[in-house]
Amino acid sequence: MDTPQFLGRNVFDLDDYSAEEIMYILEAAKGMKEINLREYKKIPTLRGKTICTLFVENSTRTRMSFELAANRLSADVVSFQAEVSALQKGESLQDTVYTLDAMGIDLYCIRHSSPGSPQLVHKHSGKPVINGGDGRHAHPTQALLDIFSIWEKLGDIRGLKITIVGDILNSRVVRSNLIGMKKLGAEVTVCGPRTLMPSFMEEIYGCKVEYDLQTALKDADVVMGLRMQLERQTEGLFPSLEEYTKHYVLSKETIRYAKKDALIMHPGPMNRGIEILPEIADGGQSIIVEQVANGVAVRMALMFLILGGKA
Amino acid sequence: MKTLIKNGTVYIDGAFCARDILIEDEIISQVSDSIEAIADVTVDASGKHIFPGFVDLHAHLRDPGQTYKEDIVTGTRAAAKGGFTTVCAMPNTEPVIDNIAAVEYIQRRAKDLGFCKVRVIGAITKQSEGKEISEMATMKSGGIIGVSDDGKCVQNARLMLNCMKYAVNYDLPVIIHAEDYNLAGKGQIHAGRIASKTGLSGIPAIAEEVIIARDIMLAESTKARLHVAHVSTAKSLELIRDAQNRGIQVTCEVTPHHLLLNEEATQTFDPNTKMKPPLRSEQDRLALVEGLKSGLISCIATDHAPHADYEKEREFDHAPFGIIGFETAFAVLYHHLVRAGLISLERLIEAMAIAPANIMKLYQPGIIEGNKADLVIADLDAKILVNVDTLLSKSKNTPWLNQVFMGKIVTTYCDGDVTWKAD
Repeated sequence: MDTPQFLGRNVFDLDDYSAEEIMYILEAAKGMKEINLREYKKIPTLRGKTICTLFVENSTRTRMSFELAANRLSADVVSFQAEVSALQKGESLQDTVYTLDAMGIDLYCIRHSSPGSPQLVHKHSGKPVINGGDGRHAHPTQALLDIFSIWEKLGDIRGLKITIVGDILNSRVVRSNLIGMKKLGAEVTVCGPRTLMPSFMEEIYGCKVEYDLQTALKDADVVMGLRMQLERQTEGLFPSLEEYTKHYVLSKETIRYAKKDALIMHPGPMNRGIEILPEIADGGQSIIVEQVANGVAVRMALMFLILGGKA
Repeated sequence: MKTLIKNGTVYIDGAFCARDILIEDEIISQVSDSIEAIADVTVDASGKHIFPGFVDLHAHLRDPGQTYKEDIVTGTRAAAKGGFTTVCAMPNTEPVIDNIAAVEYIQRRAKDLGFCKVRVIGAITKQSEGKEISEMATMKSGGIIGVSDDGKCVQNARLMLNCMKYAVNYDLPVIIHAEDYNLAGKGQIHAGRIASKTGLSGIPAIAEEVIIARDIMLAESTKARLHVAHVSTAKSLELIRDAQNRGIQVTCEVTPHHLLLNEEATQTFDPNTKMKPPLRSEQDRLALVEGLKSGLISCIATDHAPHADYEKEREFDHAPFGIIGFETAFAVLYHHLVRAGLISLERLIEAMAIAPANIMKLYQPGIIEGNKADLVIADLDAKILVNVDTLLSKSKNTPWLNQVFMGKIVTTYCDGDVTWKAD
C-alpha cells in the first residue's frame, strides 16, 4: 500500500477518507498519545507553523483540546472566539477569514453552528481546515477519537456491534461516527425516539435503526450515549425528560442486554441521570474519560499529517 | 418605422413554419410566407427561430427599497436579454406593494425606463403580514393583474377564505406561495436525504402540500381563480390534477431550477442552491418535467430573486433564499429539456410565451397580425456563457455560474423596439 497523503488536506468529514487512511491516522494518534504520557509533553515538529482555532460557536473543551494538540507539536496558536470578536459586530465569516489569513495562518480548526462553514473557510482562505463541529452536520475529530478509543480497547473495528442511543437528529457526532465506523466494517445501530430520528438513515449510512432500547442493545460490543437536551422538549419533539429517561437511559438495568463487558462511551458533556446513570458513566466498562485524552492525540495526529510535520 | 424580419422559422399557433414578419411601429402588421416590402430595417433571420415574447409571471425586481440587489432598469434589461417582453413584479418590496401609489410607481418607472413591460401583482394582505385584506379593488383600478403575498403565505385559513372571496369580486387571480410555517420551521433545504446527511433543517414536501390542499378547498368554496406559484412536489401536482378534474379553477407554474436540479445540488453548501421552495427529490423533479410535458403545469416562471453577493456568499443557513433566472431560463430549459428530447420546443415556447399571458388574461398572445410586436429571435445553435461578466442583472446569484448552454436569444423586440441585441 502507498503511504496515504495528508499534506494540505481538509478534514470536513470522514467521507473524504478511506478506511486505510483512517487507520493510518489512528496509528499516528497512537504515537502522539505516547508523547502525551511523557513528563515533557512537547515535540518540535510544527515549529514555525501557525494554527488558528476559529470558534464561532462556543466550546471550551473542544477548543482546549485543539489548542493543547497544537501546543504539544510546538505550533503557534491563535484563538478566535466569536463572542469577543468582530463577528459580534456584524462582520461576515468571509471577512473574518480574510483578516485572519492576512496574518499568516497555516491551518484552521473551526467550530460553527452552520453546516458547511468549514468549506466556506477553506474557500476563502485556501488553507486546510479541520472541522471541529459544524451544526448538526459533522464532527470528524470526535468520530476519530471515538473510533481510536474503541480500536485501542477492542482491536479491529470490523464486525463490532456498536449501538448509539439518544437524540440522533441533532447529533453531528453520530453522523461522522456512522461514516467512519461503517468504513471500518462495524455494524452500527442507532436508537432513539422516532421524533429524534432523521429519515433515510439506513439508506444513507447502511446502519440499523431501532426505537426500542432493549432490541438496540442486544449483543452490543460498544454502547454510546448522547446528550439529551431539555430544549427538544419545548420544540415539541418529546414530552418530558422523565419519559425519555424511562425508555432510553443507559443504566445497569438496561445495559445488561449488551455484551457483558461492552464498552460504555459518551462524547460529553453528560447529563447524568437523564441519558446515563452515574453507575454506568463511572463504572468499570466506561471509557468516557479516556475518550477526552484520546481527543488530544487524534487532533495532534491530524495537525501533524496535514501540516507535514517531521517525525 | 418599419422592420421586416425575413426567412425565420416562426412559432405560429403551436407549430413552427417559415414566415416573414413585418413590424410597423409597435404592431405586427403582416405575417406571411413571403413579404416584399420596403422597410427601414430588414433582418435576415435565416436559420433562426422566432418566438412570441416570453412572459414571466413571477419576478422580484427589488424596486422600491432593495435597489442594491436589482432595480427596474437592470431587472428589465436582464429580462429582455432572456427574451422576456412582459414580467410580473411580485409585491414583496420595501415597502410592500399593497397600495395604488406603489403600483403606479412601478408602472411609471417601467414605462419610462424599462426594457420590457412590467405588470404588477399586489399584496393579498396589507404589508403581506397575513392579518388584513389589502386594498385590492383600488390596486385593481391602478392596474394590478393579480394578488400574492409571495415569499410569505397567509397562514390563517379564515382570512384566506375572505381574501379569495374579495378577490373574486374584482376578477383577480390569487397567486399562492404555499408554505405552512409550522411544518417548514427553520428549514433550509428539502427534508430528504441531504437534510438528514448534512444536518441542515428540512422543509418537508407536506409544508407545501397542506397549503395547496387547503387553498384548493377554499378556491372551490369561493370560486376564486387560484394560481400556485413555483410548484415543487409530485404530491402537489396530484392535488392540482384532482382539483382541475373536479372543475376547480387552479393553475400552476414551475421554475427552471425545480425542473433541472434536485436536492443533491445542496450538498455542496453552495448558497446558490438555496431557494424556496427548496430543490426537491429526484422523484419530485421527474414529476415536474412530466407535468410540464402533459400541460398539468401550464407555464414556466423564473422566480427571479436577486441577492447581493455579500448577502448570499456566507454560511448556508444564514444566506437568503432565492436565485436569479431571467437570463438563463430559456437556455437552460432548451439545453436540458428540449435538446435532451424530454419536451418539444413548441411546448417550451407555449409554456414561456403563450400560457402565462392566457392564465393571467394579460393579452392575446402570439405572432398574429395586429398584435403588439413582442418577439424573440433565437439562435438555437449558438452558445451562451453564464458568468459574472456576462450577466446583466445587478446580482449574480445563480447555480449556473460558469456554465455554457445552447440556445441564445439574439434579438428581443418589445412593442416593436429592440430591447436586446446580442453582439
